[in-house]
Amino acid sequence: MSSAVENHHEDHHHGPAKGLTRWLYTTNHKDIGTLYLWFSFAMFLIGGAMAMVIRAELFQPGMQIIEPEFYNQMITLHGLIMIFGGVMPAFVGLANWLVPMMIGAPDMALPRMNNLSFWILPFAFFILLSSLFMEGGAPNFGWTFYAPLSTTYAPPSVTFFIFSVHIMGASSIMGAINIVVTIMNMRAPGVGLMKMPLFVWSWLITAYLLIAVMPVLAAAVTMMLMDIHFGTSFFNAAGGGDPVLFQHIFWFFGHPEVYIMILPAFGIVSHIIETFSRKQLFGYASMVWAMLSIAILSFVVWAHHMFTVGLPLAAELFFMWATMLIAVPTGVKVFNWIATMFRGSITFETPMLFAIAFVVLFTMGGFSGLMLAITPADFQYHDTYFVVAHFHYVLVPGAIFSIMAAVYYWIPKWTGNMYDERLGKLHFWLSFIGVNVTFFPQHFIGLAGMPRRVPDYALQFADWNMVSSVGAFLFGLSQVFFLFIVIKTVMGGKKATAQVWEGARGLEWTVASPAPYHTFTTPPKID
Amino acid sequence: MNEGAKKTLKRLLIAVPLMFAFGFALVPLYDVFCEVTGINGKVFQSKNVDKLVIEDGRPIGLQFISTNNENMPWVFKPSEEVMTISTGKYYTATFYVKNTTNKKMTAQAVPSVAPSNAAAHLKKLECFCFEQQVLMPGEEALLPVKLLVSNDLPKNIKNITLSYTIFDITEYEDASMANNEMNHENMDNHGGQY
Repeated sequence: MSSAVENHHEDHHHGPAKGLTRWLYTTNHKDIGTLYLWFSFAMFLIGGAMAMVIRAELFQPGMQIIEPEFYNQMITLHGLIMIFGGVMPAFVGLANWLVPMMIGAPDMALPRMNNLSFWILPFAFFILLSSLFMEGGAPNFGWTFYAPLSTTYAPPSVTFFIFSVHIMGASSIMGAINIVVTIMNMRAPGVGLMKMPLFVWSWLITAYLLIAVMPVLAAAVTMMLMDIHFGTSFFNAAGGGDPVLFQHIFWFFGHPEVYIMILPAFGIVSHIIETFSRKQLFGYASMVWAMLSIAILSFVVWAHHMFTVGLPLAAELFFMWATMLIAVPTGVKVFNWIATMFRGSITFETPMLFAIAFVVLFTMGGFSGLMLAITPADFQYHDTYFVVAHFHYVLVPGAIFSIMAAVYYWIPKWTGNMYDERLGKLHFWLSFIGVNVTFFPQHFIGLAGMPRRVPDYALQFADWNMVSSVGAFLFGLSQVFFLFIVIKTVMGGKKATAQVWEGARGLEWTVASPAPYHTFTTPPKID
Repeated sequence: MNEGAKKTLKRLLIAVPLMFAFGFALVPLYDVFCEVTGINGKVFQSKNVDKLVIEDGRPIGLQFISTNNENMPWVFKPSEEVMTISTGKYYTATFYVKNTTNKKMTAQAVPSVAPSNAAAHLKKLECFCFEQQVLMPGEEALLPVKLLVSNDLPKNIKNITLSYTIFDITEYEDASMANNEMNHENMDNHGGQY
């Protein structure tokens, strides 16, 4: 295998191949990172368009634009596409671009598997999206696909959904294996584990989480497949199965999945706050231990999604306390970010604005999570818009803001061009206002009792829903503006220096901008 | 790829199928967990409960609920909705069923007990839920359940609800498939406990 890779490199000694085959056959971590990032951007816009359909229908009470059946398909696909197509591939793309450069490695450890793990993704989403045009419509059971809604009562397209989840899972597992092997074995001499940049640490932990839980998700959808087509009764009560079992298996995957979508964000934000505060990060070791504790705790809190299924009291207490315990390492991280900024020489370039907004708004999402962790309170909040507000606060101004921050922060390194600072700031403020106008009112209507996953609602929720929809349209439009800014930066702009940012530290800033096609073919010297 | 990388890769490639198998292992683990802790309202067939028979039991209200699963057209209802029983004594309750359709049908009743911490103390010696019911068109029947509530029942429980949901399993041709795990042989070993 290694000789084949060497030959390949000799063929392309002076840089990338020309034409479409460059992207089809590439084994270069930077090319694959770029593919992942563009793919996730496309999925972000598709999933976002679905969110616009949802918010347009909810603009007023009553049914105006779409049928309830189609509404259910929209919320299902919106969730699946944003999670598996938007956030996760974006983080994998960032890992591809940055991990080898940050640890001084020439490429990923398994370049061909890297190519495969990307190129099966478009097929997975093609299959998923094609179900929209099938008889009976797309999956309509919510992104959590609880059985028996997703087995006995599912549309025929559920089988296509199952296969697409299998493919997404295979892609994630391969990507995660590649990242672990790279980080564990290809660090330049002198880059010890506790000297690794935090983004690398965050991805090492995330990759282990992926390897642990994506196969469990695959098992869950395989059981669904067997219940639907092979007459088994895993989740069918008539045959001795149990629907609650599905929820246990799903959330055993689902809760670590939540941290898979936030740990890399922690890494990104740590780098950006450090750079623009022009200070060394406060509490590096505690940051690493906090991420490790969060990852381990994520395996013992899953049933807090299921407080209302009739758990015994002991289980409700255990899962409540274990969930609240996660606030401790998370609090350590927020403290460290603030301590890093404290008395720093801060400037507010676009990445820093997104990073600070991340810290503030993610913390708010964390607090509403603490409210939901309280079992008796959750009996009231369960399946209301309060839950929708909570997880959108941790995912949109959490995970997605961190991805946007990362794009602004590293795009000069990727393209060699500076983005337009004025446009970047404008994009930030539009997004910041948009996201809060969209999701903050959802706390109110949730506490007032509006259930989630409904296409129509009682009149008393009308005002805040309209506000929320207006915010959503603003947020949606500003992401089209983001696309424009990215394209503009790729096309040209002020030339970036190698270091790009005055306070930037780390190996990726020692190579030229744009980063050459091959970097660190000889390991760098670390002092 | 160096030796270290190969080793890491091998370990991770083993971890993936193991976690996939773990996902499936959660199914029996879940059943065992529910059985040991007596939660989930599941009731298993009990034997050798004679030693639980006592003369001076306390009174308990026993309520029966019957539910038809979606698309199940049979008439299904308890003969008596409430019984006042005494702990440590055998009782037999009956449920009336009638096949209202003009075709032969097979049904399976799935029981549940509330509050869930009463489930372990409700001993069923015989129950129609341990078997499938086959009724001809228009046929009716009285289905018995013979039970005993142990005096170990927590003192704060004054009422127990025993509910049954009846499912149409006619289309499950394979009898073994619908064979409820609850009357599985290994339950006999726990006769004293359940």
